[in-house]
Amino acid sequence: MEPVKHHTGLVYPLNRSNIDTDQIIPKQFLKRIERQGFGQFLFYNWRYDNEGNPKQNFSLNDPAYEGASILVAGENFGCGSSREHAPWALQDFGFKVIIAPSFADIFYNNCVKNGILPVQLPEEQTSELVKKAESGNYNLSADLKNQVVYDDTGFEASFEIVNYLKEMLLNGWDEIAVTLTHQDKIDAFEQAQEKTTSI
Amino acid sequence: MPKGVTHMATPKTIIDKIWEQHVVHQEENKPDLLYIDLQLVHEVTSPQAFEGLRMKGRSVRRPDRTFATMDHNVPTVARHIINDPVSKKQMETLQKNCEEFNVPLADIDHPDQGIVHVIGPELGLTQPGKTIVCGDSHTSTHGAFGALAFGIGTSEVEHVLATQTLWQARPKSMNVKVNGQLNPAVTAKDLILAIIAKFGVKFGTGYVVEYTGEAIRNLTMEERMTVCNMSIEAGARAGLISPDATTFDYLKGRRHVPEGEAFEKAVDYWSSLASDEGAAYDATVEIAADEVEPQVTWGTNPSMCIPVSGHVPAPEDGHSAADKEEIERALEYMGLEANQPISSVTVDHVFIGSCTNSRLSDLRRAAKVVEGKKVHPSVKAMVVPGSQTVKKAAEAEGLDKTFTDAGFEWREAGCSMCLAMNDDIVPPGERCASTSNRNFEGRQGNEARTHLVAPEMAAAAAVEGRFVDVRSYLTAPV
Ligand code: SF4
Repeated sequence: MEPVKHHTGLVYPLNRSNIDTDQIIPKQFLKRIERQGFGQFLFYNWRYDNEGNPKQNFSLNDPAYEGASILVAGENFGCGSSREHAPWALQDFGFKVIIAPSFADIFYNNCVKNGILPVQLPEEQTSELVKKAESGNYNLSADLKNQVVYDDTGFEASFEIVNYLKEMLLNGWDEIAVTLTHQDKIDAFEQAQEKTTSI
Repeated sequence: MPKGVTHMATPKTIIDKIWEQHVVHQEENKPDLLYIDLQLVHEVTSPQAFEGLRMKGRSVRRPDRTFATMDHNVPTVARHIINDPVSKKQMETLQKNCEEFNVPLADIDHPDQGIVHVIGPELGLTQPGKTIVCGDSHTSTHGAFGALAFGIGTSEVEHVLATQTLWQARPKSMNVKVNGQLNPAVTAKDLILAIIAKFGVKFGTGYVVEYTGEAIRNLTMEERMTVCNMSIEAGARAGLISPDATTFDYLKGRRHVPEGEAFEKAVDYWSSLASDEGAAYDATVEIAADEVEPQVTWGTNPSMCIPVSGHVPAPEDGHSAADKEEIERALEYMGLEANQPISSVTVDHVFIGSCTNSRLSDLRRAAKVVEGKKVHPSVKAMVVPGSQTVKKAAEAEGLDKTFTDAGFEWREAGCSMCLAMNDDIVPPGERCASTSNRNFEGRQGNEARTHLVAPEMAAAAAVEGRFVDVRSYLTAPV
């Protein structure tokens, strides 16, 4: 995983709550066995009509948001299915930071494991960001080390992130390699368990 | 603390007990390293995990604690005609991966094949006190046995394959207490839908939920699985029920369950897991079981749900601007009018299946409703048993005949129209009464409209062509 430290980019606002992973990437695109190439299917049913033509009324199709890398959405973002294809699609499309008032647990973890920074901010602040971004051409910066997002017009908000996940993002850890350093403990656990329970 | 027990150790919840028994390693400022007893695997969320192992030259640590099946993508008719080459490749990839890494697999021809959350319990792989994961959010189903079971992403699937562990922050605990008893013909599905309708789609986020109370104790194992299955629809990664005699009776004699004296010992251990009297939870919510009526969802998430006697809400009913907008968007997507009685809504499709409601008792209850009747001429109805084992058992009782005589299609086991990854798709704009767990936009097909209901409600909708209260229907046919 690529380390994540600091990112500045164009903000795309998607002001809906409870955006589920079925919307982020519909099931017909979960059949591929690779990790790459899912960006073209991001929000597919919102972006394209039944003939595959871009829908004019969906804002991600607006050229003003081309190249956006920060997504601001409503509460409970990423709920539903555990499919990691959702962060893969967001990342492949170009999103590096996702800001929302709240996230679904599995999705939040899946983001971190893929080097996407999930930023949880109070609703007043996400609403403010949505407003700014809706007028277009709005850039924001996220600084993971100091746990703040800010723009150049004076907006600044700090966010919480569990230390372990922060370190993982900052260092781009291979988590399995870290865990394997504890292999002796896993061995010992299994031996003890076999003695005491009947699994 | 109650009088007289002050000398005892602090009472613990089942969540505390299972957690503490599985911590491999603890360190400050880090989540716990938790041992995983069982990983279930399916074709959709595993290929990239196996590929990750291959790229790093890693192996599967405990193939004997790993079990795979094919369910999401499998055809439910003409088993071997897989039209989509990409689907075919995904299934072949699972086959190949299981061979290469020695993982046991119930493939499409295997008599044990079925939906991963149906076959785990059926085979007795699911047991109280186990930590169970799967790259699938409905892994919470296995919590019905008093296991700590939760869905994970593909990176975590790879992590568990390689290490049989996961780094997990200790979750908060919530007691969802269901007081009193359910009324006759009100089901476990209605109960969990009513709970989600009452408390919302994210009340469980960050929690492991334990369902307690008289109504829960009275549920059969299959009904408990229906309840725990939908925990994730409330945001909870895991939902569980303390094991009791109902649990042990279900497990006795299943293939992977210990026998004889070992079974008795296991029961002792399992019994010790139940939450202690007076154990503290981080949060508690309560609901009265006798308030619950048969439910129908009207919108695009499972909390958008009303009793069958109810009316679809209007945007004005929303508590905030965002709420109002959400209701408006859902009404538009669902093609419904504000304030319309739900019983006036006609359906084009009926799907009885999915890991929520495709077990033998579900099919029996639905069959009872359709017995001697015909599916409404404007409805296409199908039954997809949760596993080959369920299918065989149902056929032995003649349920297949009851359904096909009524005009239902009787299919092979799989996820099917729950997520419409195979050819079982609801066409754009059409409406489906479904016993599955998600009514998200496009879930059963692009622009398809899903209404979640219990199996008997789905069966009644198939006959009537619209939603009816199955209770009046059972006593006095319309
Ligand atoms: S039946 Fe539906 S919810 Fe259950 S595992 Fe299959 S796709 Fe997921």
